[in-house]
Amino acid sequence: MAQQMNQREQGTAGVKTGLAEMLKGGVIMDVTTPEQALIAEQAGAVAVMALERVPADIRAAGGVARMADPAIVRAINAAVEIPVMAKARIGHFVEAQVLEALEVDYIDESEVLTPADEQYHIDKWNFNVPFVCGARNLGEALRRIAEGAAMIRTKGEPGTGNVVEAVRHLRTVLGEIRRVTAAPAEELGTLAKEFGAPLELVRRVKEMGRLPVVHFVAGGIATPADAALMMQLGADGIFVGSGIFKSQNPAAMARAIVRATLHYNDPAVIAEVSESVGQAMAGLEMSTLAPSDRMQERGW
Amino acid sequence: MRIGVLAIQGDVREHRRHLERLGVDATEVRRPAELFGLAGLIMPGGESSTIGMLMTESGLLDALHAKMAEGFPVYGTCAGMILVANRVQGARGASPTWLGGLDVTVARNAYGRQVQSFEADIPVRALGPEPVHVVFIRAPRIVAAGPAVHVLGQLDDEPVLVEQGPFLASSFHPELTDDLRIHRYFAAKALRFQEAGAAKSVP
Repeated sequence: MAQQMNQREQGTAGVKTGLAEMLKGGVIMDVTTPEQALIAEQAGAVAVMALERVPADIRAAGGVARMADPAIVRAINAAVEIPVMAKARIGHFVEAQVLEALEVDYIDESEVLTPADEQYHIDKWNFNVPFVCGARNLGEALRRIAEGAAMIRTKGEPGTGNVVEAVRHLRTVLGEIRRVTAAPAEELGTLAKEFGAPLELVRRVKEMGRLPVVHFVAGGIATPADAALMMQLGADGIFVGSGIFKSQNPAAMARAIVRATLHYNDPAVIAEVSESVGQAMAGLEMSTLAPSDRMQERGW
Repeated sequence: MRIGVLAIQGDVREHRRHLERLGVDATEVRRPAELFGLAGLIMPGGESSTIGMLMTESGLLDALHAKMAEGFPVYGTCAGMILVANRVQGARGASPTWLGGLDVTVARNAYGRQVQSFEADIPVRALGPEPVHVVFIRAPRIVAAGPAVHVLGQLDDEPVLVEQGPFLASSFHPELTDDLRIHRYFAAKALRFQEAGAAKSVP
């Protein structure tokens, strides 16, 4: 019998959510150059996010923030072995097509960039490349998953170095998951209506006792203790945006945040890694942000 | 019998769940002391550079290396396979090797980037007539294997599931499917190791 080539199926839900499973317990770092990507990889990042500017600089520059220049994405792709993610504007499915053509490993449909569509997110089922999306509550997370997101990150307030919003939204999502798991079956329909989420996914949350996909946190994480706080609260892993390359000593801060994320339950280790990492990025107090400057409210 | 799952980073939960479904006591290993009393260790998928670096820092790499020299069974999936390979290639030449023990050369991400990640079915005679459904995610490719390496499963004539004495390794992720056979196969290795140890300690 002739040996047939095995049938290979690409872009399945299994391989999309599967890559996120492999990132668990890890730190994903924003980088803007191949040199920064190498620093991140050598510090133990499990993936990098290729950007033109980190959120703190986007915030400072103002104007419209868009997908990174493909030349930057290509250069970062070529520089590291670890997965490379890149951001597309909310609803901008052509930026996502471009990023897929560039063979990035994950697309972040991100509120850090200026939304391209104020009504609709990208139909993520249309892509072979997996997507991660932001959420502030369980309903938002499940709506993104219904659109095809293979990974969720709860939103903080990007580029502020202030962890308060990330804590608020992680607690909100986990609290709402507890409400679902505690509810009897006949109440799930009403909960689904309240959350604005598909009933099928609310049932999955009840079965699994967690989000049906891997659940990271992002936005405002600036120190090793911030990272460990999010892990102790129940995150699967950490995105660090401006926190690394806006700090005084990025290589040391990157390494320290990676170690604190692993040893999140060990205060002695967190103390040790926090010593002599240099100054963390300067932070912003939430009340100093005008409502129009709050990125977390983008996406619906 | 207790089998450890290396819990530095990666899909630890999925391996634990497979072991628990087999009725094996599964424990997470982050520090050298946690290797004590185990019949075997599974190294999950994840990022090999991250896992290797943190294992080195904690002394776990050296402790595990010493145990492997005594025949301690280890199963590496994907990144775990890179950690037990004797030779590793990256896109820009040689990549660091970590534990070694398995006489293979693996090339990192050599099945392509994430958009090329795939699922398929492969025959594995040692596990019975049902094919094994395999999930490849930015998988390492076995590009050469020494004479002591026994190939258990192939994809398009290339080895993807191999063993060498107490060591087992796969390019793919059985823990992401409902098939428990590869974990059962590894648990049998671990049981043999435990029983051989018990026999030795009888005066």
